[in-house]
Amino acid sequence: MPAPYKTDDDSVVVVIGSGAGGGTVGSELALNGVDTVILEAGKRYSIEDFVNDEWESFGQLAWLDERSTSGNWRVHKDFAGLPAWIVKSVGGSTIHWAGASLRFQDHEWKAKTTYGDVAGANLLDWPIDGKEMEPWYTKAEDRMGTTRTHGIEGLPGNNNFKVMKAGADKLGYKECSTGRMSINSAPRDGRGSCQQIGFCFQGCKSGAKWSTLYAEIPKGEKTGKLEVRPECHVTRIEHDDKGKVTGVVYFDKDGKEQRQKARAVCVAGNSIESPRLLLNSASGMFKDGLANSSGQVGRNYMRHTTGSVYGIFEKPVHMFRGTTMAGIIQDEAHNNPKRGFVGGYEFETLSIGLPFMAAFLDPGGWGRDFSAAMDGYSNMAGMWIVGEDMPQANNRITLNADKKDKYGMPTPNVHFDDHPNDNAMRNHAYRQGAALYEAVGATRTFPTPPYPSTHNLGTNRMSADAKDGVVNQHGQTHDIKNLFVSDGSQFTTGAAENPTLTIVALALRQAAYIRDQMAKGEI
Amino acid sequence: MRLIDRTPKVDRRSFLASTGAAALVVTSTSVLCPTESWGVEAQNLKPETVRTLIRMSRDIYPHDRLADRFYAVAVKGMDGKATEGAPLKATLEDGVAKLDEAAKAAHGVPYADVGWEHQRVALLRAIEGDPFFQTVRGDLVVSLYNQKELWPIFGYQGESASQGGYIKRGFNDIDWL
Repeated sequence: MPAPYKTDDDSVVVVIGSGAGGGTVGSELALNGVDTVILEAGKRYSIEDFVNDEWESFGQLAWLDERSTSGNWRVHKDFAGLPAWIVKSVGGSTIHWAGASLRFQDHEWKAKTTYGDVAGANLLDWPIDGKEMEPWYTKAEDRMGTTRTHGIEGLPGNNNFKVMKAGADKLGYKECSTGRMSINSAPRDGRGSCQQIGFCFQGCKSGAKWSTLYAEIPKGEKTGKLEVRPECHVTRIEHDDKGKVTGVVYFDKDGKEQRQKARAVCVAGNSIESPRLLLNSASGMFKDGLANSSGQVGRNYMRHTTGSVYGIFEKPVHMFRGTTMAGIIQDEAHNNPKRGFVGGYEFETLSIGLPFMAAFLDPGGWGRDFSAAMDGYSNMAGMWIVGEDMPQANNRITLNADKKDKYGMPTPNVHFDDHPNDNAMRNHAYRQGAALYEAVGATRTFPTPPYPSTHNLGTNRMSADAKDGVVNQHGQTHDIKNLFVSDGSQFTTGAAENPTLTIVALALRQAAYIRDQMAKGEI
Repeated sequence: MRLIDRTPKVDRRSFLASTGAAALVVTSTSVLCPTESWGVEAQNLKPETVRTLIRMSRDIYPHDRLADRFYAVAVKGMDGKATEGAPLKATLEDGVAKLDEAAKAAHGVPYADVGWEHQRVALLRAIEGDPFFQTVRGDLVVSLYNQKELWPIFGYQGESASQGGYIKRGFNDIDWL
């Protein structure tokens, strides 16, 4: 049957969410001949709709549904109602992402084995490894047009990168480049090359940056096997008395309740909404929520150990010109416990405009200490810290029984406490980052605290043993074989790398598995 | 709120606020800046409150290169939202009244007339955890820095896609490394 599909068509695979996970798995299923419906809570924009204006774009794209926070993480203090800075629109956070496309290091698939017992951490090895993922990474990089793979040239370095590179050289770092980015350095796959616009976070106006919105979904739709329904917010997944999922309940753009039947369901709403949906789908048969026999749904929430270092120099930098994430240093990404922590971290250049700098440089800061820093904006360089954080059982998404959204469903709370390993890593990175900028003459540096989370991971984690996690090595839930998790919430551990490439690689692999299982009549 | 774009006439009943980058005049309805030729008509708040909030805004984010009108634009936005019955109106009016009381107790004059920035800042530090201060600062961090007119003063160039990005406009022009 070609798209569009009827709501009572129970032969379709329903995908919830259209970002890196959902947009990819949905499009790939269609390309493999599987009838697919993607339900996306946000609107569908086109490239022309994106705006080079930080606050206006934030209002247009950000997921602003009510959420609460708790825990000792700084985000709870600074941005209590905004735990995550992610996107609500077709394309999800691939609209907002900066484009860094890094493979996990081999040891990161085996965090428990490599790091051993870390007090307070709920570490676990992934049931897959780098060898298993190698062909899927290769396929993902080809799909995304990742620079420095498949013979694709690296991007040119902008001013912010040049400052980073000069400092890296002074500190003796050897692994500094403009990185592997899914941003076209030359026209490819029907999309143009990077114009160094500088508003990567606000949606790429040239289309050079890969996004499911325009690089994947249209290919899926062209097959006639994919229907994308924007402004459709899924509130529950339903099942039959045998424990198989049968469809989903959602509210359409007119606020009308609908029910879409399904042969299988893929959940890809990012690591806050995905576990929330499973928990909100609790039933008489599954009292603790769907696929939650392990009790791990919502737990082990990870957000990467982050922070930023900004430096002010005597002369202008104009860091905002050009790609937001224009360079990377990977020397600190390796596991070297002699530094006082396990795991590693990346330095990646990051630039934000004046309006967001005011909000994020030192949240809550004021007075001359703060305004003098803002006065130095044009002479500022900046970089972001992305490191592996420890999964902890009590860092978790729970439901606020007393706070309901407009559909009457409990809203999510995001609890996060920094682990001592996270703090040790962040402090190390702050010191190294400041030293790097001082080596090129910074007159002042800033250890900027974490922004609301952009890398949300781990709340439906993958495990070999059903008692340790929510999904198996294919992202298939241990408890319900026609229910899948397709986003970053299936991450067993977070690794030090930006997660999108791994989410896409897992989604491509999962789509092949679903097609295979359907062919075998298993689902 | 609207900015009155004319040089105001100062009448005898007006009084000159004696401090600040530019002398501000408070009338029965407005705050006027004769030297910068602008005025703010207070729509919901008392004009004296608007004047004090402008002073306070500069003390929170002091930029000596910014004229008072940028702070006035930010405060004008707060005034516009502080409609009758809105909790914001009471927060701002009561907050300013208490700030003035504290200023009088410490220095014998209302907040806006306290002579030194560090003296005013000390008064603000004492209340920085209060909802009043956090409301003003939280609004200001957007309503001040999101004014496109002040971006060039900070060297920020804003929108770039319509100009072809920076690929031919200096994305890699740094020359001092």
